[in-house]
Amino acid sequence: MTELSFKPVDTKQDIEQTSRPSLSYWQDAWIRLVANKRAMASLFVIVFLIIFAYLGPLFWRVDHTEQHLDKTSQAPWVNRNAILIAEDSVWQEVIVDAPTGTHRAPTNIEVVGEPRTTSVALKWDAVPAATGYRVYRHILEPEPGFPLGLPIGETEHQTHVSFQDRMDIQQKPYWYSVVALDENGDEFKEFTSIAVRPKLYITIGEALRLGHISDVSSVVPGDSVLLDWHPMGTDYLGRDMLARLMKGAQVSLTIGIIAPTFFIIIGILIGSIAGYFGGIVDSILMRFTDFVIALPFLLFMILFMVLFSVEAGQSGIPAMVVALVLLSWPGVARLVRGEVLQIREHGYVEASRLLGGSNSWLIGRHMIPNTMGVVLVSFTFAVPATIFTEAFLSFIGMGVVPPTPSWGAMCNDGIRTMERTPHELLFPALFISVTVLAFNLLGDGLRDALDARMRSRE
Amino acid sequence: MTRYITMRLLQGIITVWFIATATFWVMHSIPGDPLADEKALTPEIRANLEAKMGLDKHEFVQYWIFLGNMLRGDFGWSFEHENRRVNDIIAEQFPVSATLGILAIVFAGLGGILWGALTALYRNKWPDVIIIILVILGISVPSFVFATVGQLGIVTLNKTFGIDIPVAGWGTVWHMLIPSLVLGLGTMAFLTRLMRTSMLEIVNADYIRTARSKGVPVAKIFARHQLRNAILPVLTVLGPSIAGITTGGFVVENVFGIPGLGKYFVTAVQQSDYGVIMGTTVFYGAFLVLMVIIVDLLYAVVDPRVRLNK
Repeated sequence: MTELSFKPVDTKQDIEQTSRPSLSYWQDAWIRLVANKRAMASLFVIVFLIIFAYLGPLFWRVDHTEQHLDKTSQAPWVNRNAILIAEDSVWQEVIVDAPTGTHRAPTNIEVVGEPRTTSVALKWDAVPAATGYRVYRHILEPEPGFPLGLPIGETEHQTHVSFQDRMDIQQKPYWYSVVALDENGDEFKEFTSIAVRPKLYITIGEALRLGHISDVSSVVPGDSVLLDWHPMGTDYLGRDMLARLMKGAQVSLTIGIIAPTFFIIIGILIGSIAGYFGGIVDSILMRFTDFVIALPFLLFMILFMVLFSVEAGQSGIPAMVVALVLLSWPGVARLVRGEVLQIREHGYVEASRLLGGSNSWLIGRHMIPNTMGVVLVSFTFAVPATIFTEAFLSFIGMGVVPPTPSWGAMCNDGIRTMERTPHELLFPALFISVTVLAFNLLGDGLRDALDARMRSRE
Repeated sequence: MTRYITMRLLQGIITVWFIATATFWVMHSIPGDPLADEKALTPEIRANLEAKMGLDKHEFVQYWIFLGNMLRGDFGWSFEHENRRVNDIIAEQFPVSATLGILAIVFAGLGGILWGALTALYRNKWPDVIIIILVILGISVPSFVFATVGQLGIVTLNKTFGIDIPVAGWGTVWHMLIPSLVLGLGTMAFLTRLMRTSMLEIVNADYIRTARSKGVPVAKIFARHQLRNAILPVLTVLGPSIAGITTGGFVVENVFGIPGLGKYFVTAVQQSDYGVIMGTTVFYGAFLVLMVIIVDLLYAVVDPRVRLNK
């Protein structure tokens, strides 16, 4: 056995090498999160929503403040093929001879020309005892004993038997009813109705103004043009819903992300200081936290919104963020304090202290990074809660200031016209629901991935 | 036990004092005062009115007077509603909000426990799947949408069956039913989820297995052991849920035109009606504090392991 048979062991070589490289806490959590299909789908939805809110307006360049009173509450699926007409001709009233007979309701009611969204003209046969006529418009078929709808006009002579309606006509069925009036101006009981479905027309002048045609010489009346598309319809002032939803997404997401970020930072600071120092500092800070938690949340949100009263032309977003931050930090502070109380007892903290770590080092290096898991989870749950609160407040009119669109405010607008044009409520409500759902599911996934103790058993 | 309750009540009183103080100062920092909306007042009339309302005194004096009155349970006069005491306004409006809230809590609690237990019993079978989908809807759809859909539902029901359930307003049981159901829906969804999780956690517990192996009927195991143990986490969050339900109450009162406190409060803030703002906030705050204490006590009744004296 020679000396060459032996050689010194390479001390740098790790003898107890494991088969896989060790994973950090965050790497491990990320792997588990990626494996969670629901959480990943939610993550994609959230990324899409953020793109929709902040990059969408670059592609959909429609001004969300522009009002079109000629196409209010228009559904997305409405026909956009408009037929061009020359300027609407001046309406010639129809005057007939005095009638004979005993009928009390107008007869032979008919539409003169074509019913158009620009104007609907009616004429009928005169009634013997009448001194004039009143014309009603309704969106439902009129029945005896029920209101006939909107009174849209009157004629003041027995022989004046025509009327032209030019008031906000849309492409949907209407029932026009004509009743005769007696010498006192009171209505007869009898009425005659006619169902009319106006077709979409646009005058050449209007088409030119809106930029659908470039010059008058290239078109003749009867040509059709395609009007502006509103993929999600228009609201009650004729504003484009898609542009407003994008702007509203910016408002809701900005509030929903910025406010939790700030109140979580405050919560971490207060919670970690209270938990780390304990004793009198802890008592004072936690009593204060208890007080703030006991404040009736919504009442104080409203008070604060008025306190930071917004002047005309402002959006009210900063006011809402400040109010939310002031009222929402205690939950996080409690959570972080609880975590810090546990971490404080761990050996590595003691070791770090013995090696001369200062208080700020211990808090900054050991306490806060180790609470990040719980904090991140509570952040993902705080975002939907905040979006809900914003929607609530805007809904009751104490939130974002009109005309700044926010999903909650749009829902509030939509509820008024819900029965006839449900899309005005449906779309903003859908956006709120999807956003809240996505953040909740992502929060579930994060909790499962980050915190073994809180892992749900679903 | 008595000592514990006394301590909690004392803490509660201090909390209410804090709420009152915070409200007072936040309110007095709001620009404008109750007289700001009035037509142009001559300085003399303004001075007289301020003297009558006590607004001429220094704010600290006003605060002191307010605290004194509050201790006697007197919130003073409303500044905007002629000759109405704030106490009367609260006495009139609060029972409406409270009835709505309590009904909603009952719906939410019973529903949450029932559905949650069902999902856990039929885990991964169709009742579970259906209920979970409903729960997801309940958590992510805002309550004002439910309120509107509820209203539409009533209209449709009325039309289809030729009945006459009121769509808005307040008075009979029929007025209360749908709004409180709507109000409780979000909480019910949340509680269902919680109940399901806690049921699944104990389904394999030792005492359940023991009970099963000694031949206790399934129904009895379910009622005696599973339900009673699984309910505990639900009870813990019931206190905070009450606060959540009052929040939703504003919206539901708004949509269904219910004359509750929520609506009153919003108008009062807009008009700087100091008396009503103070009265409502302090009263609400006190009510919430009391509710949380009651829930904590209830918790000890259900779970004998919880020792309140600690």
